[in-house]
Amino acid sequence: MPQDYRLDKIGLINRNKKISFKFNGKSYFGYEGDTLASALIANGVHLVGRSFKYHRPRGFFGAGVDEPYAIVQLYRNNETDPNVRATEQELFEGLEAKSVNCWPSVNFDIGAINNFLNKFFPAGFYYKTFMWPKSFWYKVYEPFIRKAAGFGVASIKHDKERYEHKYEYCDLLITGSGPSGLASAYAAAKNGARVILAEDKPRFGGSLLTSEVNIGNQSGKEWAENIVNELKEMPNVIVRNRAQVFGYYDHNMLVMSERINDHLPKSKKYSPKQRLWYIRAKEVVISSGSIERPLVFGNNDTPGVVLSSAAKEYLKVYGVLVGRNPLIFTNNDSGYETAIEFKKNGIWPIILDTRNNPNSEIVDEAKRMGIDIKFSYVVVAAKGYKKVKSAEIAKISEDKKELGAIENINCDCICVSGFWTPTIHLASQSGNKTKFNEEIDAFVPGKSKQEETTVGSANGIFTLEETLKTSFEAGHQLSKKITKNDNKVSIPKVVEKKLTKHDKFWCVPLPKGKKYKRFLDFQNDVAVTDVELALREGYRSIEHVKRYTTLGMATDQGKTSNLNGLQLVSDVENKIVPSVGHTTFRPPYTPVTIGAIVGREVGKHSKPTRKSPIHSWHEKHNAVFVDAGVWLRPRYYKQGSEGLFEASKREAENVRKNVGVCDVTTLGKIDVKGPDAAEFLNRVYTNAWLKLPIGKARYGVMLREDGIVMDDGTTTRISGNHYHMTTTTAQAANVLSHLEYYLQVIWPELNVNVVSTTEQWSGAAIAGPKSRNVLQKLFPNIDVSNEGLPFMGYVEGDLFGVHARIFRISFSGELAYEVNVESNNGNYMWEKIIEIGKEFSIQPYGTEALSTLRIEMGHVAGSELDGRTIPYDNGLQGLLSKKKDFIGKRSLSRQAFVAEDRQKVVGVVPLDKKTSIPEGSHLVKEEKAKLPNPKLGHVSASCWSVEYNNPFSLAILHDGKNMIGQKLFALSPLKNKSIPVEIVSSHYVDPKGERVRS
Amino acid sequence: MLHIKCPYCGTRSQNEFAYGGDATIKRPELNKEVSDKEWDTFVYFRKSPRGKHLEFWHHISGCRQWFKVQRDTTTHEIFKTLKPNEDI
Repeated sequence: MPQDYRLDKIGLINRNKKISFKFNGKSYFGYEGDTLASALIANGVHLVGRSFKYHRPRGFFGAGVDEPYAIVQLYRNNETDPNVRATEQELFEGLEAKSVNCWPSVNFDIGAINNFLNKFFPAGFYYKTFMWPKSFWYKVYEPFIRKAAGFGVASIKHDKERYEHKYEYCDLLITGSGPSGLASAYAAAKNGARVILAEDKPRFGGSLLTSEVNIGNQSGKEWAENIVNELKEMPNVIVRNRAQVFGYYDHNMLVMSERINDHLPKSKKYSPKQRLWYIRAKEVVISSGSIERPLVFGNNDTPGVVLSSAAKEYLKVYGVLVGRNPLIFTNNDSGYETAIEFKKNGIWPIILDTRNNPNSEIVDEAKRMGIDIKFSYVVVAAKGYKKVKSAEIAKISEDKKELGAIENINCDCICVSGFWTPTIHLASQSGNKTKFNEEIDAFVPGKSKQEETTVGSANGIFTLEETLKTSFEAGHQLSKKITKNDNKVSIPKVVEKKLTKHDKFWCVPLPKGKKYKRFLDFQNDVAVTDVELALREGYRSIEHVKRYTTLGMATDQGKTSNLNGLQLVSDVENKIVPSVGHTTFRPPYTPVTIGAIVGREVGKHSKPTRKSPIHSWHEKHNAVFVDAGVWLRPRYYKQGSEGLFEASKREAENVRKNVGVCDVTTLGKIDVKGPDAAEFLNRVYTNAWLKLPIGKARYGVMLREDGIVMDDGTTTRISGNHYHMTTTTAQAANVLSHLEYYLQVIWPELNVNVVSTTEQWSGAAIAGPKSRNVLQKLFPNIDVSNEGLPFMGYVEGDLFGVHARIFRISFSGELAYEVNVESNNGNYMWEKIIEIGKEFSIQPYGTEALSTLRIEMGHVAGSELDGRTIPYDNGLQGLLSKKKDFIGKRSLSRQAFVAEDRQKVVGVVPLDKKTSIPEGSHLVKEEKAKLPNPKLGHVSASCWSVEYNNPFSLAILHDGKNMIGQKLFALSPLKNKSIPVEIVSSHYVDPKGERVRS
Repeated sequence: MLHIKCPYCGTRSQNEFAYGGDATIKRPELNKEVSDKEWDTFVYFRKSPRGKHLEFWHHISGCRQWFKVQRDTTTHEIFKTLKPNEDI
């Protein structure tokens, strides 16, 4: 089957390799090197979608990154991607794509009714319409808008593809491989600089691929090829195609998205689909080129209206005709290049030039070739619904305000050229204050803000000779600054046609009595009338006009629409464009996949996982793990058909009755060393530390400067100047930073060193009435009696050949010890404890039982020390030294902190002794008071008391000290529960603390 | 992402550092009588200047030293980095 719109010889595609693909369920073929767009056009398919608001038929407008129309849903290797530009998607075998924003099909789209109702969809439609009635918002409007919004559907499946991040440093990053990029890269590379050259398209060369120029006796394309090949061979150069530098961030950090496998049917093994490069460049050369500007006329969104440069690219790169009967509508010389290419390939174009017979080399050439040129002519409107069938054209007066008689002219495509807009996105993102260049009616980069230099047409230079000269020079100068080398390369001789000035004309006036829609933003359906309406309604700032009309807010970020929008605003407002200014360019330049942004940090790699050295033993013994910060801790050890409740109850009961062992390796541990260590601790903790004897531990609380409890834990004096501090698992890192801050910044005179030893020690807590028996058998040579090793005592010992530290401390409230050994010996220690503990019915217990034990003892932990409570609230006021100053002490005399009715931790028991109280429940006086029901406090932690066999909770309660004995309600709207409760002491079990001292 | 010169290690990417707040605040000395107002100012009051700001950073994934950075809060330009005991 021949392709109606494919030429035989011309193009850079590989005609020996046919590729079949499907679009909207129908099979087609193209060739290797095609994009989805070029292959569809070759097959005569011009209708690819429907527009966003009015559902007007959509075709192709560009041939690359600027494409506002041809957004498709792509299917590849059982995955789907929305928002893919057909003009950038390379064809691969088996590719499938579908139109978006149309139902039931692109040919017959019900939403197109919007087009005929467009009177009712003016600018600001959503703001005006969806305001009332209020109750409609959730039920009617939001679902409607959600359904109508967006191009395509995101996949809800787990993305099995791999994405990578890469960090790279270079002397020069060059963004774009057109003539300016190649020249600067070459000059810099030859001068010894480390260069990265990035090209977003598959092919290098930019405009050289389609222009008729000669550089150093080679065609532009050959010259580009040779330069790229030479650069690829150089060890100091990284060359990447399919790589879009999309963001310019602070301190010359740029981010580039490299599409590695998107052009293949499926990703190669061990190869990521995309790679995100974070590049820190000493200098950046912005060689991003320019994008052709549309001309605005009636129905200028009809499929078949394309950018003239795109028509040329389809022809020269893909051998594809956007039409066989082309009309070229131009205000400058570029349109002639396209016309000449058509003519060379046997197609007779007609040129409408808004200018009056300009004196130009290329115009003369077109005339010589016999091309029909109509000067001072404009397209008034495109005719045809799903494809251009003809055009209404007319002569235009010298002042560009009056149209002559309308003539009809047959054509099947209209190639428009409204001159060029430099791609200044990266420069603008870098902080560069752009300036308006009257010569080219566009913004160009101004004074550099960061280390960035813009070259070539991105800088408003449109002749090749000047581009090459300045780019070679830029590459040389910038590299010289870095490498201090001075190797110059010679600048090749250029043959190109001289350009003549373009016409500033950009928008065709409406003929009398006609109401053609003239679009500015093709992706968001913003027409001239919308912007005019916004201005009439009083919007002045271009940023407001943008948001109100959505001009330039679509996924193409207004690449083709921004400047015409600015022109319109300045025309209506009678201002000059520079005083209107442009909207802010923000990264990303083109949409970036979430996969690329996330990289490898997915699933279990989304954060580091820390495991204790005893982890595999826990696994082998059916531990069910829970995340504790980045640590994995056993929550409970499952036996038989036990669930969380049964298992943790069994484990906790066994601690109260016999003995249990808990892996406490995760506790934060900090070595505090130095002659001033005691003084330092004395300032950090609220209680007194100067007189702690060697071989003794002490419980301490540390505050922030605002008086809020930061953390708690025990610290043990190992030797004269050596203290072993423990912190909670969650706060370990913060506490270390806190200590370092005070040592380095506030009290540098203190001779103290702190270092984390969390990972150096593995710990096991042995708790329960029989723990001493276990300890005695573990350390037969140590006196572990209540006298030999009293509460808060510390000794060192030998655990079957392994050095161990033994602390008599307790979190469970039972008689308990903590044994620490070097991490490597952690598992050995654990197995010894289990082995020896057997005869005393030892069982391992997890964090759930640990919580139960501490809650019913009234020991506060993270849920009470929640960053909002002071020592008093937690019943820790006894630990506040009156004799010395400490961090945060002064804050404790704040009025609110000494209020008589200050909140305090209390115990909560349900009246029925059966119903568990959900954590987070609010405590209120009346069950059914008028909302908002005044909250007296909240339940911070709940457990099943194994001592009393009923539920028990801790709560932070307003005026807690006077509330003991009160009956309140615990309300949990989340769980839809209302539980009558009694307030009791937080010390539910062993209130005098006799067991830990037994 | 900022590029910050740690006075001890040299220039590194921002992701090695943690921000540490205003470096112009002086903590009242220990054991000194401090008025409510003075303490209040020390704990809670911070300027949010537009332009030059002296602030603490902590080389948390590096040498773990705290140091001062003079940075422009609007442009992120870093003028100077100093050890804690040095002044501009």
